[in-house]
Amino acid sequence: MEDNKLISKTETNKAQSYIFASPPHELPLESGEKIGPITLAYETFGELNEDKSNVILICHALTGDSHVSGVGGWWSNLVGPGRGIDTDKYFVVCSNVLGGCKGSTGPVSIDPKTGKPYGTNFPLVTISDIVNAQRDLIDHLGIKRLLSVVGGSMGGMQVLQWMVSYPQHVRSAIPIATAMKHTPQQIAFNEVGRQSVMADPDWQGGDYYGKASPAKGLAIARMIGHITYMSDASMAEKFGRKFRSQRGPFKFSPDFEVEGYLRNRGDNFVHRFDANSYLYLTKAIDYFNILNGHSLGSIFKGLKAKVLVIAFKSDWLYPVYQSQEIAKACKLSGVNASYIELAASYGHDSFLVEIEQEAKLIGNFLQGVYNGKGDLPKP
Amino acid sequence: MINLNVERKALAGWIAEGASVLDLGCGDGELLAHLISAKHVRAQGIELSEQAISHCVAQGLSVFQQDIDTGLSEYSDNAFDYVILNQTLQQVKKPAFALQEALRVGKRVIVGIPNFAYYKARASIFRGRVPVTASLPYQWHDTPNLHFLSLLDFKDYCKNHNITIQCTFYAASNREVKVWPNLLAEVGYFLLSKPAV
Repeated sequence: MEDNKLISKTETNKAQSYIFASPPHELPLESGEKIGPITLAYETFGELNEDKSNVILICHALTGDSHVSGVGGWWSNLVGPGRGIDTDKYFVVCSNVLGGCKGSTGPVSIDPKTGKPYGTNFPLVTISDIVNAQRDLIDHLGIKRLLSVVGGSMGGMQVLQWMVSYPQHVRSAIPIATAMKHTPQQIAFNEVGRQSVMADPDWQGGDYYGKASPAKGLAIARMIGHITYMSDASMAEKFGRKFRSQRGPFKFSPDFEVEGYLRNRGDNFVHRFDANSYLYLTKAIDYFNILNGHSLGSIFKGLKAKVLVIAFKSDWLYPVYQSQEIAKACKLSGVNASYIELAASYGHDSFLVEIEQEAKLIGNFLQGVYNGKGDLPKP
Repeated sequence: MINLNVERKALAGWIAEGASVLDLGCGDGELLAHLISAKHVRAQGIELSEQAISHCVAQGLSVFQQDIDTGLSEYSDNAFDYVILNQTLQQVKKPAFALQEALRVGKRVIVGIPNFAYYKARASIFRGRVPVTASLPYQWHDTPNLHFLSLLDFKDYCKNHNITIQCTFYAASNREVKVWPNLLAEVGYFLLSKPAV
């Protein structure tokens, strides 16, 4: 029954495109460069209410896209009719990030100056640039204030950026399994992924469009990524030391289940993701530093939005102390915030897969914000 | 569930309108929610239990998952008008440290404790059994309480540490207890101000 409902909703929700920043009104980037025109691919779910007060912007992680809900949606266990983020109640907007490869302008897009794909001529984009582009889309949709901005990992960084760049535009914010800045360890994992792509002879300095793509390099980058997204316990539970069913004579073919899984994930990934986008977006994450010289006590000063910070105990890629730091900044900046560590065991991926507690928490929190519950008198 | 009306009312009476309040070990946020509606306080809670926090969030409360035993270092001195330790002190590993931190961060501190010298508890011990009462409802093997104290023990502690007790409120079975509190009260509440320097 519920599935039927889901399908019918999805069918009316194909990705749309918003084109803006056409010359001479290009979007200025943090690097000082400009880019335009920009296409943002976005999807909406649910119905916009009359006073446009039920809008939730969802920000996707590194390899996500605008298809957050519905069949095949990357967060459809959390976002949908009757779910934690209930599309029967809320109007959900999700757009593919600037620099991505899922319908929005990125390295694979045609550079209007040359008539060829940007490749590595694409400008450096930052989380702040990504959010500025989202802001244009939200304006275009005629939405003055977001009920909430929600996202995990790189999506959580965009949430933090919204809190800092456009504090007046958000009534609440939910940064999940994220950080105010990347640590050397996090940058190191990303760098190994990038090196893997760039070491592939097919990468050709980023100029591979129309030719063989650096599939092997990107697949290995994805394999490394997957290891960091899981936990020791979740890998042990999922694979153990099991061998694959078809096993030939020893030739370094994948004999362990986990090897087969990683190869499979890597190989699938290259069909749906552009290697240059991977390079650009991992750099955007590595450069991200919301503090940027500010103190914990000043970064969110004056923010009226309510904030719910969620971390996962088993997440070793974005350890809980990084979320505790966000919570601390909220406290010191006098923001009305809550902080919780969920016990899910799935590592960094917990926010996508072990969502039962997360969904309940987010649902409760959003309900409170929507009803104006617990709004405090001014100090 | 115990009806805490009398106690909540008494505590609300100690708190000034619109004050800022930090509740250490706020549980499901019942007291904070009451103080918000009765006294329009600016409330914040600290709690360990995931489930309790989820409950608080549903009520729109601001709550942080944090272990009081690790201290309150991110809060500056006198950051709150009141810090509450309600049924918390006997459950933390280092109650002296928790109280010291509360007195640093709060201008005033409210402490609520179960009375181990309540007459039913005494009777229990007299019969050779560890007490299980309304304010000490746990069996020996499942109690979160790590420390057992009477109202007199707490008063002595305050005296020895120059902590001023400004007000007290004692209760049993949702009624105020005015005579022989150390014998007749199940719970005691104390409004404290900082040690005289």
